[in-house]
Amino acid sequence: MGMTLTEKILAKKSGNSKVSPGESVWVDVDVLMTHDVCGPPAIQIFQREFGENARVWDKEKLVIIPDHYIFTKDKYANRNVDILRAFAADQDLPHYYDVGTDRYKGVCHVALPEEGFTRPGEVLFGTDSHTCTAGAFGQFATGIGNTDAAFIMGTGKLWVKVPETMRFVFEGSKLPPYLMAKDIILKIIGDIGVDGATYRTMEFAGSGIKAFTMEDRMTLTNMAIEAGGKNGVVETDKITREYVKARTDHPFEEFKSDPDAEYHSEHFYNLNDIVPMVAKPHSPDNKATAEELEGTELTRAYIGSCTGGKLSDFRAAAEIIKGKTLKIDTYIVPATTEIAKGLETETIMGETLIDIFKNAGCKIGRASCAACLGGPSDTFGRLNEDEICISTTNRNYPGRMGSKAASVYLASPYTVAASAVTGTITDPRVFIQETVI
Amino acid sequence: MPQKTTTIKGKAFVLGKNIDTDQIIPAAHLVYSLEDPEERKLYGKYALSGVPDDESGLPQGNIPLTKEDATESEFNIIVGGPNFGCGSSREHAPACLEIAGVKAIIAPTYARIFYRNSVDGGFVIPYESLEDLSQKVHTHDELEIDQEKQVVKNLTQNEEYKIRPLGSVADIVSAGGIFAYARETGMVESVNS
Repeated sequence: MGMTLTEKILAKKSGNSKVSPGESVWVDVDVLMTHDVCGPPAIQIFQREFGENARVWDKEKLVIIPDHYIFTKDKYANRNVDILRAFAADQDLPHYYDVGTDRYKGVCHVALPEEGFTRPGEVLFGTDSHTCTAGAFGQFATGIGNTDAAFIMGTGKLWVKVPETMRFVFEGSKLPPYLMAKDIILKIIGDIGVDGATYRTMEFAGSGIKAFTMEDRMTLTNMAIEAGGKNGVVETDKITREYVKARTDHPFEEFKSDPDAEYHSEHFYNLNDIVPMVAKPHSPDNKATAEELEGTELTRAYIGSCTGGKLSDFRAAAEIIKGKTLKIDTYIVPATTEIAKGLETETIMGETLIDIFKNAGCKIGRASCAACLGGPSDTFGRLNEDEICISTTNRNYPGRMGSKAASVYLASPYTVAASAVTGTITDPRVFIQETVI
Repeated sequence: MPQKTTTIKGKAFVLGKNIDTDQIIPAAHLVYSLEDPEERKLYGKYALSGVPDDESGLPQGNIPLTKEDATESEFNIIVGGPNFGCGSSREHAPACLEIAGVKAIIAPTYARIFYRNSVDGGFVIPYESLEDLSQKVHTHDELEIDQEKQVVKNLTQNEEYKIRPLGSVADIVSAGGIFAYARETGMVESVNS
């Protein structure tokens, strides 16, 4: 019996020729990522357990990217960044991306690929559940807590239960012009439920996946956690290789699932059968089609986050928003500073994305997680009251974006942009037919 | 430090399904220091403060885990529906429950990271029930969890429910967390050694 892609990585990194689902193994960690929310407590546990003067196991392998509570006056949140800064200086960490410097990046899950830390065949742990995003690069990547992160800081190892793999096979050769990876992952989560992949790998495969850009693939794997998945993963190909090699000289090894690998289950989707999807309040699996919800009143639109704040997400939104006036407050938050620069250089028919958004009346935030997870009360775009928001983010549990009284609908950048134009939930096909570029 | 006892007795606090970590501890509260004794208490104060009021303390609802101005709860066993602890990887979630005085959770299923954080950090013991007890147990019921016999006695309703054995994590739970376990097994040397 062969092994899946995930099993192969875990076998290699645990020094085994074969591993099987359910088995617990200790793996060597290639990259540990932490940020300003969970970094400080992880550092405190590391120092408590290994001693005040302990050194991290390998400073080249620890990446610290403050991103969650950055542009706030909250004194506690600012203290968190101070703790990271002091630790990075004390440990002489080369991969710390400090706020207020040219190195500042923004959202960790998008910054990691930009900086070349998402390499095929490696093991990446991060103190954030959306660390699974990096599986788009054929890496085993998953979220952990502060204690586990502290353990890695001291030992470079962590125990992992080998997950079963659920395989999602996409049939088709390209995405229809109105469809985005977000629609597909919302459809899948709606089908299997928010615990449908608990303790398992979600492997995305098939002819369709070859047509997905790296950013599309990241949207899929990013939301594996929203189905309870341990990790999401996509086999590497030319697209992966070109992206990674453009960002790092670090060598990497590619693995593929064997033809006779054993899967927990296989699920088949024809890309042409999927339509724009929305997750209704208050759960990512509360699925509906955008068409079914047409006319639902909204008070706000939000485009940003590790899921929906990439350059291709803004380009998609700008295609629809260009030349229009928006009916509701619309917030734009680029995931990283690189994407923020892209908004100023990327154009549609000669107009930059940033001008398209500004001319339509959007409010533009600085690169960070911003209101995706609520945060301190002065967070840009935070829902402080009973807003009804349509958002490109990944989670819509009660209170997620800041207020228990608010309702959040999750959708693709196309659908969010179309809805911002009309002020009610709108199937983007209405606009795509007019404006396909 | 976590208890090594195999019997936990206490008052139940009942929640529904898919209780996510934003409900357990909203993101605005993740900024307090867990090391500072006074700030640490705020995690107890705000534990489960993100749960919609009518779903907090079932079946009645509108019961907070910790009363206004209190930092510790009168409830020390949480009974939840399926997929308990879904959402983010914030370890503040099991930590805040421990700070509020919670010793154990009983739910039919857990989200992976929350379960792992509960065990590896030694915060609360996540027991798995065979059925969804959130439909049977009422907030304020007196429960007794017997880990060895794998049963939960509901002393108020005079009922008994089965729980699963802790399985592969039992050693980490009994050690009190991953660090204690790693030291017991020689993986990590003693601090400052």
